[in-house]
Amino acid sequence: MTLTVQEFLQIDVPALLAAVLVCAACALVGNFLVLRRQGLMGDAVSHAVLPGIVAGFLVAGTRETLPMMLGALAAAALAGVLIEAIRRLGRLESGAAMGVVFTVMFAAGVVMIERAAASGVDLDADCVLYGQLETILWLAPTGWASLLDPAAWAAMPREVVTLGAVFALCLALVVLFYKELKITTFDPALASTLGIPAGLFHYGVVLLVATTAIAAFEAVGSILVIAMLIAPPASARLLTDRMAVQLVLSVALGVLAAVVGYGAAAFGPLWLGAEHSLNAAGMIAVAAGLILALAVLFGPTHGILGKRRAVGRLRTLVTTDAVAADGRRP
Amino acid sequence: MIPAIMDEAWRILTFQAGFNSAVVVAGTAALGLAGGTVGTFLLLRRRALVSDALSHATLPGIAIAFLIGAALGLPGRSLPLLLAGAVASGVLGLLTIQALVRHTRLTEDAAIGAVLSVFFGLGIVLLSLIQNLELGGQAGLKTFILGQTAAMAQGEAVGIGLLAAAAAAAVALLFKELRVLAFDPGFAAVQGWPVARLDLLLMGLAALVTVIGLQTVGLILVVALLIVPPAAARFWTDRLSTLTVVAALIGALSGWLGATLSALLPKLPAGAVIVLVAGAIFLVSFLFAPARGLVAVALRQARLRLDFAERRALSVLLGGGSVKGMLGAWLGLRGFVRTGTLTERGREAARAAERNRRLWDRFLTDYPTLIPAHVNWGVDPIDDVLPVDMVRMLEERGAS
Amino acid sequence: MQYLWRTPGSRTTPEEASPISPSPLVIRDLTVAYHRKPVLWNVDYVAPPGGLIAVVGPNGAGKSTLIKACLGLVPKVSGSVEAFGRPIDKQRRLIGYVPQRESVDWDFPVSALDVVAMGRYGKIGWFRPVSRAHKEAALHALERVGMADFAKRQIGQLSGGQQQRVFLARALAQEAQLYFMDEPFAGVDAATERAVLHVLRDLDAAGRTVICVHHDLQTVADYFDHVLLMNTRVVAHGTVSRTLTPELLARTYGGQPVPFTEAAR
Repeated sequence: MTLTVQEFLQIDVPALLAAVLVCAACALVGNFLVLRRQGLMGDAVSHAVLPGIVAGFLVAGTRETLPMMLGALAAAALAGVLIEAIRRLGRLESGAAMGVVFTVMFAAGVVMIERAAASGVDLDADCVLYGQLETILWLAPTGWASLLDPAAWAAMPREVVTLGAVFALCLALVVLFYKELKITTFDPALASTLGIPAGLFHYGVVLLVATTAIAAFEAVGSILVIAMLIAPPASARLLTDRMAVQLVLSVALGVLAAVVGYGAAAFGPLWLGAEHSLNAAGMIAVAAGLILALAVLFGPTHGILGKRRAVGRLRTLVTTDAVAADGRRP
Repeated sequence: MIPAIMDEAWRILTFQAGFNSAVVVAGTAALGLAGGTVGTFLLLRRRALVSDALSHATLPGIAIAFLIGAALGLPGRSLPLLLAGAVASGVLGLLTIQALVRHTRLTEDAAIGAVLSVFFGLGIVLLSLIQNLELGGQAGLKTFILGQTAAMAQGEAVGIGLLAAAAAAAVALLFKELRVLAFDPGFAAVQGWPVARLDLLLMGLAALVTVIGLQTVGLILVVALLIVPPAAARFWTDRLSTLTVVAALIGALSGWLGATLSALLPKLPAGAVIVLVAGAIFLVSFLFAPARGLVAVALRQARLRLDFAERRALSVLLGGGSVKGMLGAWLGLRGFVRTGTLTERGREAARAAERNRRLWDRFLTDYPTLIPAHVNWGVDPIDDVLPVDMVRMLEERGAS
Repeated sequence: MQYLWRTPGSRTTPEEASPISPSPLVIRDLTVAYHRKPVLWNVDYVAPPGGLIAVVGPNGAGKSTLIKACLGLVPKVSGSVEAFGRPIDKQRRLIGYVPQRESVDWDFPVSALDVVAMGRYGKIGWFRPVSRAHKEAALHALERVGMADFAKRQIGQLSGGQQQRVFLARALAQEAQLYFMDEPFAGVDAATERAVLHVLRDLDAAGRTVICVHHDLQTVADYFDHVLLMNTRVVAHGTVSRTLTPELLARTYGGQPVPFTEAAR
């Protein structure tokens, strides 16, 4: 089985583009979750939006994006408020509060899906979990020349356009509120004494995560969203001590994971002579995990090997000092 | 129609709807019981979401075990093999989280999130590989993700029930040790308790509950069995032994009711129904539990604020000032104020409040170390808290 | 555009903000309780204009809680706090805060200069980036605590004392009139102690008020002008010479040993 240019442009380019945009957007906002020690908020929110998606779908009766998105956003906001309420008023630790809220909401979503299925509409919990990257098609291009044709670009699939818009939104908000995000993340108490609404920014970050997650669902599913919210920022965190660099680096690593993962899933099996490709969303998550593993092992100052080398240096320094001191002794 | 369903529900709830459904319901209740007991200690150890990573991390193990089974030519779906794979990769996930937290600057939440999603991602890749290989018996694999009680064979249900009971029994036997572990691991280590091994045991029990819950509840929701019942029980009590028992009861009740409901409505996925029942119990506890529930706490807070506002207003009035607005109206309602001035009752209450404040102040000045730890000094009336002769002595000192 | 989200109606211009009102801080009948147990009980306090004020008392006396309640960071059961004659939440731009060092994550990817520049955010307001002038002000604040050489260092690589000085520089960069400091001398090296003291003296000379939770009774008389003795409630307050008496200290510390070796002056 050979790969034609037209097939590559029609099938792989839009899927790859969608994956890259999802990964870039998630990695960017994920930094603020990781720095706030709320990495699991991504996990919680991406599960908790399920009932909202289904409700939007049931109310509108179509697979239009807008109602599902609104429903999901409402569910995410509800989840955020509930988690805070249970944590603060109920005095449970945040992990348990998240665990309660997202499992119960996800369960509600699963039951609602079954009800929807009973009334003859097709919605699939599997799709929410691991997406349908492979079904995004860009039918316009016929060859490399089409890449220069504005008409072909205008026919870009809706999912890709939505994801592009969401990435632009994330980028704009992070740039616009960079200063405030930094201070409310680092020292919320100081922020509120300065009159910056730290609580509002907490919910803002949750909602931004939710928006990204929802836009990404259809294409890649919730698992890839969770992976991309955490793994690239965590990797970047091990490679730099400067916030701006961390943000840029995490987006770059996210894109790298998307390209490598998609490539491995779509073309790896073909090169090995197999018929079908593997699940791309899962493979991208695995690629992000491998990047994290490399950062953990080989990060220059914070990696395990780097640290070990520093300790080794210190040890030789100490022993040579000790030897020198011994030498001086009569 | 409705009476028929009610009747059926009653028969299932009371284990009269045939042996098979009785076994499934009892097995699920035992699973909930085990989840509640083990989960209590996970909650107190602040490890609630570690078990989420654990359950997600089982997927690649299940897939690999399936592939191994297929390669060895075992019949499609050998449950023990699959569960062994689940345990192996779940434990590997746990160890990875531990290593990340110990050896890098990453915090636990990031480590959990990364392990959870990457392992699950790998599991999905492997599932798509299995699908491509078109092996037999793979249809059952997906039930591990969302769970299905209907698929539970009678033998499996008995096995689940026995294992769950064993997990709960292990917690009961090691209650003293686990209590020390949950309360103060540092102290426990200094005292010579094998903290690392106890922690491992606790995670092992969590892994056991997760794996036997995979089939019923599914790997996404099984964590709810470990988190929701103890979290709900937390609102009812501050005592660990009571907490464990209440959590176990809530878990068992969720499993029992949930399995019954899903037997009545077979279209609904059992795991989701069980979690929803547990969620409903949590909501009731969160709102209405008398010990730490939202309504009770809010009422107590409001009462305290009102008490202080009232006392302050009374002392203002006693000093010749005036109190307006809501508070003025409230004092009128209480009969303390009429037409802007204190009534006889109001005067009395104001004097009592002044005296209470003065005596507490005196007490705190003279005997600051004697403050009884359990009383709300300065808030409660001093006569209710301190012995009569003590109060009299304070009064005499205040007068001199 | 300034950060005035809580009270959009009350715009405080710098002219209005000058401390004309006699007292920088008036606390009336402040009670804070955890469940029903008082942490602060009926606290009344009027701070004198200008000067260095030490808040002194045993562990668990509610000293930090007093500062947090003043800043609106913990809920009050009753009472009010005014700064320069107006409710304190309308006077944010006049208030500086040095929290305890443990209150933030020092592994955070920011440099010392970034942290100090955060003190300027109140003056910068929404959407505008940190300008060169603000960076210079931040650098100047770092110079005043002797930390200019470490401006580019990631905060996690600083020693405890250096981190404390960064926090102090951030408070200086706020250019406030009233400062709350939570144990700035706790567990610092000698150089930092000198730097903190130097800054306190500078602020005092410039007519600012500093309210400082302080642990070490030995140095209270040397470092501060006024003292507020408290143990959940106010035991006594006034000038150091009149307030720091053995009798009042015994009342403050109750049965606990007074961390004090020589007789007070």
